[in-house]
Amino acid sequence: MTRVAAVNPLTAIGVVLLIDLVLLLSLDAVTATAAVVLVALFAPLARVPLGRLAPRTAAVAVASVLVALTVLLYGRESGTVHLRIGLVAVSDGSIALAIATGLRLLAVALPAVVLLTDLDATRLADALGQRLHLPDRFVLAGLAGVRLFEVLGEDWRTIALARRARGVGDRGRVRRLPGQAFALLVVALRRAVALATAMEARGLGAPGPRTWSRPSRFGRPDLAVLLAGLVVAGGAVAAGLIAGTYRFVLLQ
Amino acid sequence: MTAARIEARGWGWRHGGRLAWAVDGLDLVVEPGERVLLLGASGSGKSTLLAALAGVLGDDQGEARGELLIDGRRPAPGRAGFVLQDPESQVILPRVADDVAFGPENLGVPIEEIRRRVPAALAEVGLAVPGDASATALSGGQKQRLALAGVLAMAPGLVLLDEPTANLDPEGVEEVRDAVARGVAASGATLVVVEHRVATWQDAVDRVVVLGREGVLADGPSRAVLAAHGPALAAAGVWVPGLSPVVPVPAAPGEGLIRAEGLVVGRGRPVARIGDLGLDGGRLTAVVGPNGAGKTTLGLTLGGLLPPVSGRVGPTAALAAGLRGEPERWRSRDLLTRIAVVFQSPQHQFLTGTVREELGVGLRALKVPEARRRARVDDLLDRLGLAPLAEANPFTLSGGQQRRLSVGSALAAAPRLVVLDEPTFGQDATTWAALVRLLADVVADGTGVLAVTHDPLLAAAAHRVVPVGRAAEVSA
Repeated sequence: MTRVAAVNPLTAIGVVLLIDLVLLLSLDAVTATAAVVLVALFAPLARVPLGRLAPRTAAVAVASVLVALTVLLYGRESGTVHLRIGLVAVSDGSIALAIATGLRLLAVALPAVVLLTDLDATRLADALGQRLHLPDRFVLAGLAGVRLFEVLGEDWRTIALARRARGVGDRGRVRRLPGQAFALLVVALRRAVALATAMEARGLGAPGPRTWSRPSRFGRPDLAVLLAGLVVAGGAVAAGLIAGTYRFVLLQ
Repeated sequence: MTAARIEARGWGWRHGGRLAWAVDGLDLVVEPGERVLLLGASGSGKSTLLAALAGVLGDDQGEARGELLIDGRRPAPGRAGFVLQDPESQVILPRVADDVAFGPENLGVPIEEIRRRVPAALAEVGLAVPGDASATALSGGQKQRLALAGVLAMAPGLVLLDEPTANLDPEGVEEVRDAVARGVAASGATLVVVEHRVATWQDAVDRVVVLGREGVLADGPSRAVLAAHGPALAAAGVWVPGLSPVVPVPAAPGEGLIRAEGLVVGRGRPVARIGDLGLDGGRLTAVVGPNGAGKTTLGLTLGGLLPPVSGRVGPTAALAAGLRGEPERWRSRDLLTRIAVVFQSPQHQFLTGTVREELGVGLRALKVPEARRRARVDDLLDRLGLAPLAEANPFTLSGGQQRRLSVGSALAAAPRLVVLDEPTFGQDATTWAALVRLLADVVADGTGVLAVTHDPLLAAAAHRVVPVGRAAEVSA
C-alpha cells in the first residue's frame, strides 16, 4: 500500500485545492517553479510507485508543453518580436507568458497526480458521509454510480458492435454518435433503475441511523500531508515575493 | 432473528397506468421457516408479489388492495432479504467485504456485529475470496452468491429470491442453489423462491405454490403438486421435470460457409484457442463451455465483428458472394445478407421505436423497395407471433418477445449464417419452444445457425457441439 493511501481522501482533496488556489491566484513563473520543485521534493515521501506516477506526470508535462507552445505563438505581443509568420508572433512578452503558463499548469496538476492517484471511491464516500455528514443516500448512490460507469464502457463497445451487425455501422464515427449515445442512455437508465431497486432491497433508506463499518478518521498521515501542503503553498508564494515577481491575480 | 410469517388476505396489486390487476384476491399463509417455491405462468404476478414482500413496490408505482403482512406488519425495505435475477445490477460496492456489509450498515447493526457477520455470510455461501477482492471481477454465479451473502448478513427472517439462477451457466446454477440451501438451513429463515426451473429447486423447498391471476391455483408438497398439476404447469410455461418441450431441428442440405484455420479469438489478447472449425448451411452448431471461456468472443469473431487474434476466418465463396477478405473487413451493410449476429441482450441492438420498423431496419439499409419490405416484415411478424404488437415499442415487450424480435430482425435480410448469443436465456418453456421452432425453420431454409449457449436442451438439439474451455477441442 502506498503511504498516501493512508491519508483521508478529504485531506488529500483539501490539500490539492489549497495549493491550486494559491497558484491560480498568482501569475508568475517563479511561484509556479517553486511549487513544482517543492512538490517534487515531497513526492517520494508519498511512496507512490514510479510505474503509476510516471505516465500521469508525463501526460501532464506534455499538456503543459503544448499549452506553452500555443501561448508562445499566439500570446499577447510585447517587447522585442523575434519571429513573425502571419498571425504567429514570438515576442519577449509571449515567451515569458508561455513559460509561466506552462509551469503553472504543471504546478496545478502535480499535487493532484501525487495525492489523488490512489483516491479510493469507497473511502471517499465513507469520509463524505461520516466527516462532512452529507446525506447517506446521496453519498451511497454516488458511490454505486461510479461502479456503473465501468459497466457503461463495456455497454458502449457492445452497442457499437451490435449496430455494425444491424447494417448501420458504415456511417462515419461522428454521424453514428447521436444514435449510439441515445442507445447507451436507454441502457444506462435501465441499469440505474435495477441498481436502485437492489440498493433499496438491501435496506438503503431504512429508518434509524446508519452504521458506517469503515470509520473515516484523520490521523498523523493527514497532519503530515497538510503540513507538506502548507509548506508547498507558503514556500511558493514566499519564493515569488522574494524574487519580486509575485503578481496577485485579483490586483491585475 | 426469528423466521418470518407471511400472510396475504385478499391482496391485489395493480401497476400504475394499467387496467388489469397483476395479482388479485390472493389468500396465502407461509409459516415461519417454510421454504416455498412459487410457480406460475408468465404474467401471473409472481415477481410482483416478491417485490411487494421485499418492500420495494412504492405507493407511487401502483395501487394495492387487501392486506399483505410480514409478522403482522406491512413490508418495508430491509425487513426481508431480496436477491434479483441480474447478477450485474446487484453488486453495489466495489469490494467483496464492503458489499456484504452494505445491508447491515443500512439497518444500523453495530460495527462489531457487522465485522462478525461479513465473514460468516461469505463462508455460508462458499465464497472463498479475500474481503478486499474486486466484486466486479467475480463470475455470474459468484456475484449471485455475493448478493446472497449480502442478504444473509442482514439476518432477515425472510429470504426472497426472484429467478436467482436464470442468467447463470449450469455450474453457477448449482453453486447458487446449494448456497441458498446452506444459508437458509443455517439461519432457519423463511424462504420464497420464484423460478421456472422446477428440477433445480424442488428438493431445496418443502412446499410449492402455483399462482394465477385470481390467486393460488395449487398448493402443497412439491411432488404432490407436480404430480397433480404437472401438464397444466408445463402448458403454462413452467419447466416441469420430465415434461420439457421437444422441438426437433432436422438438418437440411446447405453449402459450406466458413472454414476457419488455426483460429485464436480474443479482444486484443487471446482468450480461446479454437483451431480449425468449419460451419455449414442447414446445420445447427452449438458452442458450449463455462462462463468466461471465450464463447461470446468466438461468436463475435465468426460473425465478422471482431478480428481474430491469429489464424483466419475463411469465408467460402458461397458466403462471400463476391466479396474479398475476411468478414471482419466487410462493410456493415454487406454483412446483412451474409452473416447476422444476435446479441445476448436484445436491448443493446434495438434501433427504432416500433416492432415493425425494427424488423425493417436491415431491409431499409439494403434499399429494398417499400412494397417488398412491407411484405417481408408482415411475414416475419406472423412467424414471430408479434403481429398484434407491430406498433409497440421494442423496449416495452417482455423478455421472450424481445428475444424473438431481435432474432427476427436479424433474419429479415435472409443472411446465410446466423450467430446467436444465448438465444434461450431466461425463457420459460413455452417461449423456449417458440424460439427453437423459429431456429428450426431457419435451418430448414439451408441457413447455417451457430448458437453460443449454456442450455443443455438446445445443445442436445444441435447437429454439432463445439466445446470451448481450457482444453478446447473441436468435436465433429
